[in-house]
Amino acid sequence: MSIAVTVKNILKTYGKKKELVTALQDINFDVKTGELFGIIGPDGAGKTSLFRILTTLLLADSGTATVDGFDVVTDYKQIRKRVGYMPGKFSLYPDLTVQENLAFFATIFNTSIDENYDLIKDIYIQIEPFKDRKAGKLSGGMKQKLALSCALIHRPSVLFLDEPTTGVDAVSRKEFWEMLKRLKEQGITILVSTAYMDEASLCDRVALMQDGNIMSIDTPAQIVANFGRTLWAVRSGNMLHLLDELNTMKEVENAYPSGTFHHVILKKGYTDAFLQQALSETNNNLEIKAIRPNIEDCFMQLMRR
Amino acid sequence: MTNEKIITADKLSKRFGDFVAVNEISFEVCRGEIFGFLGANGAGKTTAMRMLCGLSLPSSGEATVAGFDVYRENEKIKKSIGYMSQKFSLYEDLTVKENMRFYGGIYGKSDAFIKQKTASVLEQLHLQKEANKLVRSLPLGWKQKLAFSVAIFHEPVIVFLDEPTGGVDPVTRREFWHMIYQAAENGITIFVTTHYMDEAEYCNRVSIMVDGNIEALDTPSALKQIYQSASMDEVFLKLARKATRADG
Repeated sequence: MSIAVTVKNILKTYGKKKELVTALQDINFDVKTGELFGIIGPDGAGKTSLFRILTTLLLADSGTATVDGFDVVTDYKQIRKRVGYMPGKFSLYPDLTVQENLAFFATIFNTSIDENYDLIKDIYIQIEPFKDRKAGKLSGGMKQKLALSCALIHRPSVLFLDEPTTGVDAVSRKEFWEMLKRLKEQGITILVSTAYMDEASLCDRVALMQDGNIMSIDTPAQIVANFGRTLWAVRSGNMLHLLDELNTMKEVENAYPSGTFHHVILKKGYTDAFLQQALSETNNNLEIKAIRPNIEDCFMQLMRR
Repeated sequence: MTNEKIITADKLSKRFGDFVAVNEISFEVCRGEIFGFLGANGAGKTTAMRMLCGLSLPSSGEATVAGFDVYRENEKIKKSIGYMSQKFSLYEDLTVKENMRFYGGIYGKSDAFIKQKTASVLEQLHLQKEANKLVRSLPLGWKQKLAFSVAIFHEPVIVFLDEPTGGVDPVTRREFWHMIYQAAENGITIFVTTHYMDEAEYCNRVSIMVDGNIEALDTPSALKQIYQSASMDEVFLKLARKATRADG
């Protein structure tokens, strides 16, 4: 399988001596052609800096990177012709209509809406009834669909989506990921960043990022398999009290709330039998079960290293 | 939590021309309650929140916040509430201490109050060493926690949190909720919107808006039972999928 993106020893800093911020520290990874690759991490992890370097909009301090075989520094013009980029901030022309924006992006890439309509049809058809509306007057969800259509209209080989689902509700997020799946089937390589950990499972492979570092790169299933510890889900009639109690126990390595349960990792040598015994007197309706960790559990465990 | 009503809304509505953004919503929120205000984008959450914060006059219906009427006493409401969103919170080019003095001053607090409260907030957040640093230089997770402390610096009756944890790392997100619990225990009512459905589980009660209406309102466990769902995520999807209007 061929490689669409390579990143080698990329370092990026901002500011000078005293206020030096390291946005990316020695980043390395490859993305295969046709892969749906997720960069998962909170704000400030370095996701946007990385995307801007790969789309040739920002220069790294050191290291090399290629997109579609082209170097991001020397061959930037080639890359700009081949990639689609949807920035985190809405960046279309608010005073042009929906159709004018799309026609504008088609024209600057020397193509036409008709030529590549099949690629965007599924997405564009949803905003077509509003094609004469100014882009600035669209709702959040419609802006997102227009931005994606504009990023696709020149049939890019690699698509970069920087936090496309931030601030988007759970229903629209699901729909957006379904659109991505269909684009992937068309053979487009997709790099997508998100702060929502639950979206990791929808990617072929993910890089978990924090503070300018990649903590782990793997398939979502393998990241979960690498968790390496037993994770216990615990609940009782008084969750707040239960959490305080868990956090004072020296046998507990980590305990934190996660929806309806608290997730608990015990120090080596301890099992649910210990929890049952330790908690049953002070808690009513106690329930303890071993569960499969999710990506957020894995992320938190990696953060502790 | 007590039975004292901090928010009462009765058939509260807001229309923009023909468009009914908020359609006769009725609910009550008690002192010290953590009330989750959910809904898809465009369901009418922001419009409803703006009315409750005294920033937008309703088209019809009644509502009081902290005992004040949203039509006639909106200036009093503004003084009684705290507000924080992911987007707007602190002044990056002021120091930690200056932000507190600024917000304390805006809400008309005395110098003595500001001095004493600043010391206690810095201690609570373990930020004593960073007191004179620009907010810009703080790690993002600290900023969010500081922003919450500043939003309740003037000891409001109720605080409105608009997606306070968007983009925050999972550890900080939990620390943030711990602070919410503490504030609620101290009698501050919490009115919070979020797109994280696990956070909906941490609320005492949750309302879900669909197309301008409150479609469901109950405790998370009751909602899961009513909609025969294993999680709030499922409840939300079942309800929000019924939406017919495009998001706004």
